[in-house]
Amino acid sequence: MNKKPLYIALVAVLVIAAFFIGGMVDFTAAPQQQQAAEQEAPAQPTPAPAAPVQPPQQPDRPGIINIYTSRHYGVEPVFDKFTEETGIEIRFTTGSDALLRERLRAEGANTPADMYIAVDAGNLWLAAQDGLLAALDSDILMNNIPENLRDPEGRWFGLTKRVRTLMYHPDRVSPEELSTYEDLADPRWKGRIAMRPSTHSYTQSLVSSLIAAHGVERAEEIVRGWAQNEPVYIDSDTRLLEALAAGEADVAITNHYYLGRILQDNPDFPIQIFWANQADRGAHVNVSGAGVTAHGPNRENAIKLLEWLSGDGQEMFASTNHEFPANPNVAAHPIIVGFGEYIADPLDKSEYGRLQAEAVKLLNRAGYQ
Amino acid sequence: MFQKLPLSFFNKDKGPYGLLSVFMFIAVGLTLLPAIIAASSLLSPSFEVWAHLWDTILPRMILNTLLLLTGVSIGTFMIGTVLAWLVTAYEFPGKKTFKWLLVLPMAVPAYIMGFIYMAMFDFAGPFQTFFRNVLGMQIAFPQIRSGFGAIVVMTLVLYPYVYLLAKAGFEEQSGSAFEAAKVLGAGRLRTFLKVALPLARPSIAAGVALAAMESLADFATVRYFNFPTVADGILRVWHGLMDLGAASEMAGLLAFFSLLLLLSEQKLRSRRAYHQTKGKNQDVPATFLTGRKAFAAVFLCASVFFAAFGLPLIQLIYWAVLEISQITPHALSVYGQLASRSLTLSVTAAFFTVFTALFIASVSRLGKGKFLRYLARASTVGYSIPGAVIGVGILIPLSALDRYINVLAGSLWGIDLGLIFTGSLIGLVYAYVVRFMAIAYGSVDSSMDKIPPNTVLAARVLGANAWRIIFHIKLPLILPGIIAGAVLVFVDVMKELPITVILRPMSYDTLSIWVWQMAAESLWTDTALPALAIVLVGIVPVWMLMRKR
Repeated sequence: MNKKPLYIALVAVLVIAAFFIGGMVDFTAAPQQQQAAEQEAPAQPTPAPAAPVQPPQQPDRPGIINIYTSRHYGVEPVFDKFTEETGIEIRFTTGSDALLRERLRAEGANTPADMYIAVDAGNLWLAAQDGLLAALDSDILMNNIPENLRDPEGRWFGLTKRVRTLMYHPDRVSPEELSTYEDLADPRWKGRIAMRPSTHSYTQSLVSSLIAAHGVERAEEIVRGWAQNEPVYIDSDTRLLEALAAGEADVAITNHYYLGRILQDNPDFPIQIFWANQADRGAHVNVSGAGVTAHGPNRENAIKLLEWLSGDGQEMFASTNHEFPANPNVAAHPIIVGFGEYIADPLDKSEYGRLQAEAVKLLNRAGYQ
Repeated sequence: MFQKLPLSFFNKDKGPYGLLSVFMFIAVGLTLLPAIIAASSLLSPSFEVWAHLWDTILPRMILNTLLLLTGVSIGTFMIGTVLAWLVTAYEFPGKKTFKWLLVLPMAVPAYIMGFIYMAMFDFAGPFQTFFRNVLGMQIAFPQIRSGFGAIVVMTLVLYPYVYLLAKAGFEEQSGSAFEAAKVLGAGRLRTFLKVALPLARPSIAAGVALAAMESLADFATVRYFNFPTVADGILRVWHGLMDLGAASEMAGLLAFFSLLLLLSEQKLRSRRAYHQTKGKNQDVPATFLTGRKAFAAVFLCASVFFAAFGLPLIQLIYWAVLEISQITPHALSVYGQLASRSLTLSVTAAFFTVFTALFIASVSRLGKGKFLRYLARASTVGYSIPGAVIGVGILIPLSALDRYINVLAGSLWGIDLGLIFTGSLIGLVYAYVVRFMAIAYGSVDSSMDKIPPNTVLAARVLGANAWRIIFHIKLPLILPGIIAGAVLVFVDVMKELPITVILRPMSYDTLSIWVWQMAAESLWTDTALPALAIVLVGIVPVWMLMRKR
């Protein structure tokens, strides 16, 4: 009998078994990442009890922080720096704001996450509303972050500001033609605008601010006007700007830092920024911010990180992504300083969350894709 | 009489079959559970959400779903059947190579193909820019961000299903039917339309149904193309309106669509019998093409291959080169982690799926009547249910179970067990087993059918005991089936997106998740290496499949 196939099969089975065992190890580790001692005692059979009962950490082991974050662009260097300074290891789980919040809610008291970082104030508000975030009493945070950029109860803190505003191609649009978000509903923009689809929270928060300013009925008229102007829908701010540059549309609404990011690599990029609604309530500002979770196992470390991000780490955190620092004492990146001063819509950021479901329904009703 | 004994992996005269069949009932029940959960949520609909959806986006989603189904069915039918006929009935230069090259696009997941086509062919992409700026031509290209773009892309990655099955259908046909047609004065085209096509109808219908099913389940590609379908609606309702209940009802609607598809495939096969007798050397006679006709045949094959595989591969490699030139150690370690997770998941899922298939297929042979066999077939239903439906259908009972266990453990022993099912890989692997059972079962079952009863009986006569028969005779004989099944499941899990999105434990990004997220942000170069890895792994089973022939 030819034994060769049997040997091959045996090797295959062994390889599969090896992977499988590897899988099982990972498989037990995944849900229990909160165990700081995991690497030293991987075979610990029972999951760690809730944080207060946890044995005190050894002084020479600074521990870890688990972060749920929807920021996946250029954030690593600043966290690497924090690890360098403190020795605290940081682990990320990325996902969309909404999905991560859903997970936090589903995990409840068992969550491995210590910190929730969202790119949209609406989601921070919703997370706080669901009781997922702990109220912090930190003088450092209160002093560093202005009142209108944080939760009054200290459950979340804005760390960077992003302005969602008008972008245009100067060859085809003169700045005198531009004024407000509302104006893009005017029929003269038909076939000339590019927008982000309604599935994205940036669009949803912008529409929430319209509802707050005008009420549902008037906001729906505006959004219907946008939709009737048949925008090109592109689910990426970078691609929206590239579409403007290529001539697919003349005006778009995007976050300011996407332009900053492109200009960094290509200073000749033709698209110009226009601060919207400067004659009335001001441009739509959202924050990217963070909160410490209500049930995370490494709360002290998480607070330390949050305080550091609002102070020493602030400049690096904001400028790697060309965002405006929330801390007024910290300088912004020169490229976005070049965009000029702007007036910001003073609307309470919590409104974005309060009005989100209403905004989604409104977008659907208005026929906005 | 002895030969009629249904032979199983287990030996019939040993062991407690009653208990085994109870286990089998449980296994089959578990594979059916998600579909039942999703369907049953339709019994208590969330009227308010449905009313809102019906007044706003639902009609368009249903229309889009139907358009997508129709477009992809017609597209894959045309391309798949014509190419299959070309490589079966004609001889032309490079035919042998094209025969398997044309299967390769199967290795490219639609969501990868989608963003590559988007990046290349949208208004700001290199293709249109070239025409505008270099050639100075103002051509009104069709908007690629549309149903048209989605249908083209899905047709390109899904036509191999039809191609493979149609080719098999044509190759099974007897040459004598064609001789008869020729003698009766039918031309080549007429023979194809009146003889070959009708005879291959069952295979082609099966292929088109597979392709349509895949397009129905897709939610990532349609979103790139701004073409919301019912599958996309599940995520919209869940994440936008934050209503998991309504989302699972939407999943029920999707399950309804796939049921419709299955029924129409059955209808297409109809009640006819398609028996053919094929003697030796009676293949369909191949015509030699020369000159312009040969060129046309090569051109057709080459252009389909280029559009569906060459072009995306070149683009991915180009991005990968850009990425490698500026890669950081951090990015490299992220990719390493993504790859190891994808591998872990794929291997674990392949193991459990094949193991369960082996168990079900074995026990189903023990019973006297056909009941257990039908029951075993029922366990394969997951393959026809979109991943998102299975995902939601598993999330709901498992998170309830998690809550229940935690309340129980908390009140009984005052301990906190954490999320045992939804916070770990258990739910995810369970969902993969449900989804891909059909692949493993088909593979294992058909190789069990081939165990020669005489060999087993001979071994028994020669005094071999039950274990010896299992390990020395049966296992080696069905091993190729086990390996083939495992490899197919492995690759499918590697590519899988909707289930992974819904059920992955926290901080458990895989290659496919990464590609999807980065593509959504238009960070093309960041997708290149993981996407290339997925495509290259996908080539493995295609290569195995073709080598067998």
